[in-house]
Amino acid sequence: MIDVKHLSKSFGDNLVLDDISEHIHPGEKVVVIGPSGSGKSTFLRCLNLLEFPTGGTITFDGMEITDSKTDIDSIRRQMGMVFQHFNLFPNMTIRKNITLAPVRTKLMSQEEADAEAEKLLQRVGLFDKADAYPAQLSGGQKQRIAIVRALAMKPKLMLFDEPTSALDPEMVGEVLDVMKELANEGMTMVVVTHEMGFAREVGTRVLFMDGGHILEQNTPAEFFANPKEARTIEFLSKVL
Amino acid sequence: MDFWMSVVQKFNTAFIVGDRWKLYLKGVGATLELTVVALILGIVLGLLVAVIRTAHDQQRLGNHNPVLGILNVVCKVYTTVIRGTPMLVQLFIWSFVIFKTSRNKFLVGILGLGINSGAYVAEIIRGGLMSVDAGQSEAGRSLGLNYLDTMRYIVIPQAFKNTLPALGNEFITLLKDTSLVSAIGGAELVYYAKAVGAKTYDVTYPYLGMAVIYLVIVMILTWMQGKLERRLRESDRR
Repeated sequence: MIDVKHLSKSFGDNLVLDDISEHIHPGEKVVVIGPSGSGKSTFLRCLNLLEFPTGGTITFDGMEITDSKTDIDSIRRQMGMVFQHFNLFPNMTIRKNITLAPVRTKLMSQEEADAEAEKLLQRVGLFDKADAYPAQLSGGQKQRIAIVRALAMKPKLMLFDEPTSALDPEMVGEVLDVMKELANEGMTMVVVTHEMGFAREVGTRVLFMDGGHILEQNTPAEFFANPKEARTIEFLSKVL
Repeated sequence: MDFWMSVVQKFNTAFIVGDRWKLYLKGVGATLELTVVALILGIVLGLLVAVIRTAHDQQRLGNHNPVLGILNVVCKVYTTVIRGTPMLVQLFIWSFVIFKTSRNKFLVGILGLGINSGAYVAEIIRGGLMSVDAGQSEAGRSLGLNYLDTMRYIVIPQAFKNTLPALGNEFITLLKDTSLVSAIGGAELVYYAKAVGAKTYDVTYPYLGMAVIYLVIVMILTWMQGKLERRLRESDRR
């Protein structure tokens, strides 16, 4: 589904991603873990070109998105993204947050988008918040809305950038539950997270990043039971 | 006693005789009209310049749009020249060089003030656009919205709220700067006050009077600005 070849990214002299090649298949739930500064968020943000790579190519469904002739907006419509800090639009109601993109990109009429928003909000148990503003919601509620907002575009793939890192501990569960449900429905997911439990339970593959490289990867069971690299063992001993 | 008699008499001559207060009122109306129209022109111009300059600065590396590059240079020259020369000099050039055959100096004044204000408003709005968290436009773009839709629905509405206090100050500055339009023969408050002074051979009361009028208008505007800001802060807490 996504094919990454020799991806590099540097900010000035600082090389953040160093020649990464990776393939993400449909239906996979890839969990990316690693210490801070390892490049995992940058890797994720390169996949929908929020960061533009300094080298290499990324291909999505046969289209090379790093080609400057590719219409990046039409690619992004097929990839949902959820941010650490939710990034809901504070100047709009929840309903408008969800329906803006599908309507403006002509994916749906306003009526269709409203119906879709209602359906999705029911699903995450937040339909009563449809006319509230983001500032009136808790962190967990905001993140569930952010997931719904991305889903309203009916994406083929969902990218999660540390979706629970900015939440109070008691709200982490409600967000992870929504993500698990999504995983069970077969959504292709790439998740950058520090939630090792989630990685173990939901992931089909774990990538461990350090220093701009994918140092080690394996199935979650194998990865957590028998880490191979010294750096991985050290990292796991600190977080588990 | 003589002193007070003369004060009353001179006040009477400057404001009451021949319904002269109507002239001041007409002047205030013209001044407000100048201010409002010039500010609208300034906001339209300023928004345009701010969006072009921000769009230019936010282009991804190695993918520069040449048209945007040219527009950016034009915008930079515009703000540099306008902010680097006195308003009075600009008005002289508009009136006596570029539109020297025009007899509608009021309109020339609106144009000169509006174009001047645009350069300042552009910087205010650019600051406002930059004050909106980058995550907001990232969220918009990640949903597949294009640059203009992201600006129009997400960034600009939030930036506008952040810029309202500064725009209020610009409005007040502009109101006072309209007095310069009298120097090119545009009829506003100063123009009428001078006319009364010339007719009565005494400028003291007309000039003091117009100073009071400006002061009162500015105080009212400042009060309204404070009220608006308090209301905006309340809506943040909703």
